[in-house]
Amino acid sequence: MNSLLATALPFVTEGPSEVSSVTNDASWFLENAWIIPLLPAVSFLLILFFGKRMPKKGAEFGIAAVGIAFVLAVLTGFSWLDHRDNFDGPLAESPSVTADDGHHDDDADHSDDVDHSDEADHSDEEALGVAVIDQDGTSSSDTVVLTVEAEGEGGGEHAYVAVQKSTQWLQSGGIEFNAGILVDGLSVMMLFVVTLISLLVHIYSTDYVSGDRRYTHYFAFLSLFTASMLFFVLSDNILQMIVGWELVGVCSFALIGHWWEEKPNSDAALKAFLTNRVGDVGLLVGMITLFFAAGGGQTFDTLAINNAINQGTVGHTALVVAAAALMAAVMSKSGQFILHTWLPDAMAGPTPVSALIHAATMVVAGIYMVARLYPVFFEGMQIGGSSINLLSTVGAITLVFAGLLAFVQTDIKKVLAYSTVSQLGYMAMALGVGAWTAAVFHLFTHAFFKANLFLGSGSVAHAVHSFDMKKSMGGMKKFMPRTYITFIIGSIALAGLPPLAGFWSKDEILVGTGGWGLFGGTGGNGAYTFHLLMGMVGAALTAAYMTRCIYLTFHGEYRGNDAHDDDHAHADDDDAHAHHGDPHESGPRILWPLYILSGFSILVGFLNLPKGLTGVPDSWQLRFEHFIEPAGASYFPAIAHGAPSWSLAIVSTAIALAGIGGAYWYYFVKVDGLAKQTGQHLTELPNGFVTTNKLARTGHKVLVEKYYLDHLYTGVIAGFTKGPLARATYWVNQNIIDGFINTTGETAVKVGRGVYDKIDQGVIEGVVNGSGKVSDATGEELRHINTGKVQNYAAILFAGAAVLAGAFIIALAL
Amino acid sequence: MLLNQFLLLAAALFCIGVYGVLVRKNAILVLMSVELILNAVNINLVAFGSLTDDVGGEVFALFTIAVAAAEVGIGLAIVLLMYRNRRSIDLSEADLMKG
Repeated sequence: MNSLLATALPFVTEGPSEVSSVTNDASWFLENAWIIPLLPAVSFLLILFFGKRMPKKGAEFGIAAVGIAFVLAVLTGFSWLDHRDNFDGPLAESPSVTADDGHHDDDADHSDDVDHSDEADHSDEEALGVAVIDQDGTSSSDTVVLTVEAEGEGGGEHAYVAVQKSTQWLQSGGIEFNAGILVDGLSVMMLFVVTLISLLVHIYSTDYVSGDRRYTHYFAFLSLFTASMLFFVLSDNILQMIVGWELVGVCSFALIGHWWEEKPNSDAALKAFLTNRVGDVGLLVGMITLFFAAGGGQTFDTLAINNAINQGTVGHTALVVAAAALMAAVMSKSGQFILHTWLPDAMAGPTPVSALIHAATMVVAGIYMVARLYPVFFEGMQIGGSSINLLSTVGAITLVFAGLLAFVQTDIKKVLAYSTVSQLGYMAMALGVGAWTAAVFHLFTHAFFKANLFLGSGSVAHAVHSFDMKKSMGGMKKFMPRTYITFIIGSIALAGLPPLAGFWSKDEILVGTGGWGLFGGTGGNGAYTFHLLMGMVGAALTAAYMTRCIYLTFHGEYRGNDAHDDDHAHADDDDAHAHHGDPHESGPRILWPLYILSGFSILVGFLNLPKGLTGVPDSWQLRFEHFIEPAGASYFPAIAHGAPSWSLAIVSTAIALAGIGGAYWYYFVKVDGLAKQTGQHLTELPNGFVTTNKLARTGHKVLVEKYYLDHLYTGVIAGFTKGPLARATYWVNQNIIDGFINTTGETAVKVGRGVYDKIDQGVIEGVVNGSGKVSDATGEELRHINTGKVQNYAAILFAGAAVLAGAFIIALAL
Repeated sequence: MLLNQFLLLAAALFCIGVYGVLVRKNAILVLMSVELILNAVNINLVAFGSLTDDVGGEVFALFTIAVAAAEVGIGLAIVLLMYRNRRSIDLSEADLMKG
């Protein structure tokens, strides 16, 4: 018992404690958080079956369900705050797969007279299915109830205790499949973010998609989307996570392709879905590896798996495999370079859906998964002991490359889409360098300002019926002053200027890289200097492209009237808005979500003020980290925290300001000045360096072509797999050996197209024509039998039956 | 019980049914012949059922009757539509599916 207590001290850094960090006896809201995903799920069914008959066409179900879910999420959040600081109830036995620990604990408890008398409590615990699984595969529900004695630093510091409630779903082959909820700071935060953004998106949508031909259908899927994400974040086992993950994918497919009548939209939906399938294979491989390596082939329980990894009982190779496979899933779901290509195309969906996808649901699923299974990545990628790893490097590359792409977009939503990719790169990088809280905090703040920006861009697009900044926007400031202000707030938050939300979270990530050794900022989990640099470059890029976006959208002269683009995304015929005249400000159902989100964009950064900030009371510092990060919990690795540094904060702010300044000088001074001089509508300088400098022109072309990744996927990869393997080998023979010298001189695009042509031609010439001819010849012979007279067929049928019967009799006789 | 007699009766009915199906030009008569075939089978089912003292045979026959009723319903509907469209229910003329 003594040894148990010794290891139960919170904030131990030398290793995870063996004592459980999970309870199943908490306050009502924490135990019943499963109601939150259930509500939108029910609303989905109600809308589906009764939506069309309701006065508001089903929107009321969605809004009511998500609204109640939001209230519940807030109450759950408050319960969690109380639970985190004051919980000293009974702990449940930590889910574990190693037999030795289980026996050891049992013995210790018997000898030390821990509360065993409460039989009712005991059976209660059994029903909850928190089981110790013995080595021989039998599971004994011998749950031990320990009493926590409050101990620790600073007096009254309580250990981080997650709440788990699970029930057996089915049992097969000795393996229990449980369904349950895991409530801790991370999931509570996600509940809050998802329900709040979803509620605002619901309200916004009632105006934005009003009059749409599939209005009811839209709200049904919005509800299902929300429910799936909530289900995902509450999962207490990896199997449930896979289900939630896939559900989210399906819903995004349906919503991106909401206006599927237009080919690009359904193509975008398919692309999103198929790109995600690539990652899903990684997810399956990773989860199966975890199940066998860390779950002992017996349990899917997230905590058990995390505990096993933290105790060092899992082989390193298996973890590397699992982490790398899960990484593929993260890359596709969370839009990391090189699988990010679906995300900008996903802009084909209605704008509120984009906001939901980019802020709260779809894309943060990957980040959440890494955060939830953090020991896998921490150990598998050796985050604590290296200065470079796959996760952080992919994140760093994503954040810069996507930031560059945002510069060449003319579609306002695509700017924001690449911005999301870039910010997700920040989060992945932060997780990769061990700055867990910084990543999660950035997820949190990013959700608000990105939703704000997306809904703002939707508000503008709603007024001008187009997303094209260069053709149909410009000068929107005077038509839509309110949208303008909220958009500015969102942009500043995104650009990371103090004191708005983005600054605090971004700065924390930069601190977490531990690369700022210059002026006293100390390292976290190693000196990730490269990542710090990438983060700084990303900060400058973010600030600059948002300035460009604001200029093109809101400043200059309105360009919408001279070349009006009727081909806007939601081409509903009975659109109430006139297609002529000046655009006007959106209605309250669009503006109020913007106000609320702007408020959050300003304020949420203060939730995690850095430690040691002068002038701020200690109790206000690191609140987010205190409540969210499972520090010292058995299922969380012992990560180190970087110390904040004034110099880093000042430098990163200066870099962001420099980015803004550069873009301001180019657009607001040069372009705007020239436009006023010549009286033309200009969006770029006619003789800027992109047109005069060859290198810049090439770079620009590469960016416009999105690094040729789409060509790679559709031209080369899809082209290859389209033909049979034999054809591909044949092509390699013909072209690599004979045409090696010719092909080396050609560009990647041409190679891709060449592959496509050859394979296609080959297939058509060979297989298709060949099989066609064969079937043609056989058909020609067989058509004589096909008289079209039913009685001839019947005669053949009976003749066949007679022959079979004869054969049967002969067979019997033999 | 003389099982053979039932089986012979059923076989005869079956053959008559098959003959009708194959030879008659009138769609209604073909349908009626199909009924003969089904009833031949029913007789077999009941006969074997009572031989082995198993109620399953009768049950099966009842099912067959029910299904046959449904089948006739659909068959007659098809014939009716055919008549409306072609003013004829001669099966030898119905060869639109000729290859």
